[in-house]
Amino acid sequence: MNALFAWGFVAALAALPLVFPDPYLLAVLTSAGIFIIGAISLNLLLGYTGQLSLGHVAFFGLGAYASALATLGFDIGIGFGWRVVLAPQPVWLGFLAAIVVAGGFGWLLGRLAFRVRGAYFVIITICFAQVLRMVALNWVELTQGPMALISIPPFSLWWPGQGVVPLYRKDQNYWLVLAVAVLAFLLVRQVVRSRIGRALVALRANEPLARSVGIRVTHYLVIAAVLSAGIAGAAGSLFAHYVRIVDPDVFLFIYTVTMVIMVVTGGKGTLWGPVVGGLVFGLMPDLLRGTAPPEAQWIIYGAAMILFVMFLPRGIVPALARRLP
Amino acid sequence: MTDVLLSVEGLGVQIGGLTAIADMSFTVPAGEVVSLIGPNGAGKTTAFNVITGYMRPTRGRILFEGRPIAGLAPERIAARGLVRSFQRTSVFAGCTVFENALMALHLRGRAGLLDALLPFLRARREEAALHAEAADLLDLTGLADRAGLPAEALAYGEQRRLGIAMAAAAHPRLLLLDEPAAGLNPSETADCIALIRGLKERGMTVLLVEHDMAMVMRLSDRIVVLNQGRIIASGPPAAIRQDPEVIRAYLGAAHAAA
Repeated sequence: MNALFAWGFVAALAALPLVFPDPYLLAVLTSAGIFIIGAISLNLLLGYTGQLSLGHVAFFGLGAYASALATLGFDIGIGFGWRVVLAPQPVWLGFLAAIVVAGGFGWLLGRLAFRVRGAYFVIITICFAQVLRMVALNWVELTQGPMALISIPPFSLWWPGQGVVPLYRKDQNYWLVLAVAVLAFLLVRQVVRSRIGRALVALRANEPLARSVGIRVTHYLVIAAVLSAGIAGAAGSLFAHYVRIVDPDVFLFIYTVTMVIMVVTGGKGTLWGPVVGGLVFGLMPDLLRGTAPPEAQWIIYGAAMILFVMFLPRGIVPALARRLP
Repeated sequence: MTDVLLSVEGLGVQIGGLTAIADMSFTVPAGEVVSLIGPNGAGKTTAFNVITGYMRPTRGRILFEGRPIAGLAPERIAARGLVRSFQRTSVFAGCTVFENALMALHLRGRAGLLDALLPFLRARREEAALHAEAADLLDLTGLADRAGLPAEALAYGEQRRLGIAMAAAAHPRLLLLDEPAAGLNPSETADCIALIRGLKERGMTVLLVEHDMAMVMRLSDRIVVLNQGRIIASGPPAAIRQDPEVIRAYLGAAHAAA
């Protein structure tokens, strides 16, 4: 897709709240946007390295918890009578903490899990997310367990002339998510178009050959894992400060599946795939809520997914790219 | 005597209970084309896999430019200047011929994460240089007019040639070619020979595994003959052709008659 069209698309999205200031529409688009950021990050792993991470929501959840805990502060015992105490921090620090914590776990998981590939990697990533969910449920002193972390402050930005402004309004949050999504998209684009991206695609296409021309497998897979996890962590942070409540269900498997569906139906290994797939499958549940009877909604959702995978096995974006000159 | 680039000393490889290589020692002098020949199952490809880090030797040493490389990962060995081609899968499927050439030039670039995010610092210049080099590489292999095709759409002979060119792309000091002429017709084989000669003239040392005897005899400065995991003869082509044990084990009556 050419740059003019892309920036036109972004401008149209940015102008949307001015034309349709409907809070419900903006809320739907904002949640979809948060998941699209997650899908963009997953695409870097699934699409460009070919490694299926079925625990991707772990990084999203880590980001949500890291950001929420940093902004709420905590006071926990770590044994031997020692305590770790953190006073509430500003939200931008929470956002950074989300990226760093998620990215750090991405590095750790990459180091450990990329020794095995294929099915074993998939299993390790699923277990990783499940373990984190258990920790979130049971480490009540830190996470409040199933009682959830509540009263998380909204995102706040420094604005010229007004100082630090908390973003309470729907349109503000919408623009924030849009801006982060654009940054995430550009980050991934820069990486996949660079020598690093070429190395990732080479490893996906033919690993023995890639190694024979000197491409370091673990090095490049870990770079991809760290970036991917960091972006997912940023999405988690946005989620925490938008919904303003975080419970252990952010680690639910279904959210990973949602992101995988977005990437695969949109077109894995294409820059626009997760955006297009994310818009289709991020907005569909809410569209159906208004039009289909409740018992039919998820059936239609599932049927649409199967049809997309059957008739456009490589995804919507590659299919469109072939139609258009 | 010229400098020894690669030296294999007392190499042994066991795969399960099977002895793939019993005891192998040979050297590859800098600037020469050395061929490893022998019947199927003689241990040629195993030797390649061990030298390039895809398998671990059970015993013995492998020295490249005097430094041990046995047990290093393939990508580390490649970074030292020892690159191989493959017998079968030799291209990045799903990528264009030009992208294949670019990928093979990985070691010629240095750009990292910072360069990806800020390409105007120096990555843009590096990319331009790599693109030029990839174009040169395709010129050398006569595939310039195929640059935009998906690599798997190339004719078999062209794919093989691309595979060799990719192995040679980053200017390795030692190039290991695993049956580059397997399945090629005579004119494709001639192209392949010309390509390997061209690489030798550019200063590359070549270790070749090949079944096409005519090609081996024409290209090699020296031939090492393997049979059942052991070296049974080594020397210049003229001597190998006359060696009675080689004829019995491998070249056979048909070659003696030819």
